[in-house]
Amino acid sequence: MIALHNISKKFGSFTLADIDLQIEAGEYFVLLGNSGSGKTLLLGCIAGFIQPDMGIITINSEDVTRKPVQKRNAGMVFHDSAVFPHMSVARNIAYPLEIRRYKKKEIALRVAQLAELTGISHLLQRYPAKLSAGEMQRVALARVLTLKPDVLLLDEPLASLDVQLRSGMRQLLRNLNKQGQTIIHVTHDYEEAALLATRVGIIEQGRIIQTGSPGEVFRNPRSAFAARFAGFRNFYEGQIAELNGKKVFSNATLKVVVADGCSLGNCFIVIRSEDIIISREAFASSACNVLNAKIQFIESHHDYTEVTADAGLPFYVKLTAHSVKSMNLNVDDNIFLHFKASAINCITV
Amino acid sequence: MGVYNRVSIFHLFLWLLGALVLLFIAAPLLGMFFATGKHEFFHTISDKEVTRSIGLTLWTSMAATLIFAAAAVPFAWLLARKKFRFKGLVNAIIDIPIVIPHSAAGIAVLGFISRDTMLGRLGESIGISFVSNPAGIVVAMAFVSLPFLINAARDGFAAVPEKYEKAALNLGASPARVFFTISLPLAWRSIMSGFIMMFARGMSEFGAVVIVAYHPMITPVMIYERFGAFGLAYARPVAVVFILVCLVFFALLRYLSNKSTE
Repeated sequence: MIALHNISKKFGSFTLADIDLQIEAGEYFVLLGNSGSGKTLLLGCIAGFIQPDMGIITINSEDVTRKPVQKRNAGMVFHDSAVFPHMSVARNIAYPLEIRRYKKKEIALRVAQLAELTGISHLLQRYPAKLSAGEMQRVALARVLTLKPDVLLLDEPLASLDVQLRSGMRQLLRNLNKQGQTIIHVTHDYEEAALLATRVGIIEQGRIIQTGSPGEVFRNPRSAFAARFAGFRNFYEGQIAELNGKKVFSNATLKVVVADGCSLGNCFIVIRSEDIIISREAFASSACNVLNAKIQFIESHHDYTEVTADAGLPFYVKLTAHSVKSMNLNVDDNIFLHFKASAINCITV
Repeated sequence: MGVYNRVSIFHLFLWLLGALVLLFIAAPLLGMFFATGKHEFFHTISDKEVTRSIGLTLWTSMAATLIFAAAAVPFAWLLARKKFRFKGLVNAIIDIPIVIPHSAAGIAVLGFISRDTMLGRLGESIGISFVSNPAGIVVAMAFVSLPFLINAARDGFAAVPEKYEKAALNLGASPARVFFTISLPLAWRSIMSGFIMMFARGMSEFGAVVIVAYHPMITPVMIYERFGAFGLAYARPVAVVFILVCLVFFALLRYLSNKSTE
């Protein structure tokens, strides 16, 4: 378990203030925040690169606040991977083991195992200059895993990867977590948070303003900042399958047509709340998804109104106050939700 | 082919100026080589006094480089990585030997190592006399050439992204191990280039060395002495031989350092 008690750090005009956080063993904790929110700084505090002005950090109930970096067992994967350019991939992975004076045979064995696990066995003799960003991240990950770290710290590990590599890397991280590896992952990408986290924290201007499961945090944002991810509030887990020549997403309560470009299998779908149209009557239009729903809440914000409608699962729809008024929408009204298949983003798991 | 590739009069003028500068450097050297006859040349390279002097110059300057590098290179790392008070002042102090007249540097060094100073007595007690001794030559050479190594090494370390050092610490390496396995190898090219610069500067030093030790005679002092006592024609072959030795050495060191960083 990793615990931060009242961590504060002043950095010029920026302050990390009163950070209180507990991450249980086996959790995949994603800290979500914009650049400059202090998320990387916080990771630096846990790794030991940055000494907090106040507060205590414990790893497995041991106070490590004053412990030097090299004596903490908190393995970090840097944003730009930091694979040593003057060593081969194999030597990079062996580096932490050489420090601990492992026998040559044992090192070779561990290196081979980790290369296998991270899918880089074919790269062992290469030098970093000849690797792609994705391969570098895997090397960095393999290298840090040799330590069997108490916690794995990831600083935007997917940011430099293209879409295809991302899903492979996500799978790898998820598997590691399933095998019991505690992970703290910082990112500005809510998609990453939703797809990986068992728990999410939102950090803004050096303060953690909300923690909870991804569903809780995205559906009930507790601040304007978290609400900016509100476009993401219509997200649903399920499977995509082929049905009568169309691709259809479904789960226990929902069945919608998605664009032909979506891949089959387990996935999340995301529908921006601006992309949903509300009507009183069902009518034919270019939107191929029409759902029957009942209004649960109508909530006015200063520049828009949000209607929450129950169509088996809650849907969030953004409207102008004017539309709500002219349509005379009220709680418990039966309505129809229309959205185009192309308005649905599919995120393959 | 755009406007950019058109021959402009201005660019032709720049080429002309460049050629003049190049000629200015090459002409005196070439003139000296051509003025030296085959006979004189071979006579000089078989002159025991000359070869001994060249040998002395080479090993004292190499010794100065190696001995002082042991402390200067780690110091350069500190200068590249750590923030501390008066850092600007420290950097300025390091550059002093470059900007002062070398004869003045020689006077300063002599005052520091002569027999009645603490360092002089300390040396005497373990059997090393600095004045008129290769040990004094080493010290004088080091004094005037150290800035070249420190500056090159500092720039080299500064160019190594800090993330590699951080990553190594994070992987459990001690600061000493990080220095030897990460910082030093990654800055190696700059450090080697600093070595070569310091070695070259020490080898060609005249002003500071002549004050600390006229004898034993390093080659720059010998060239000066032969010029003063016997004239240009007598000093020239020694100069030619020494320049050739220097060039061969630098070519060799460059080759080796490029090879070691490949």
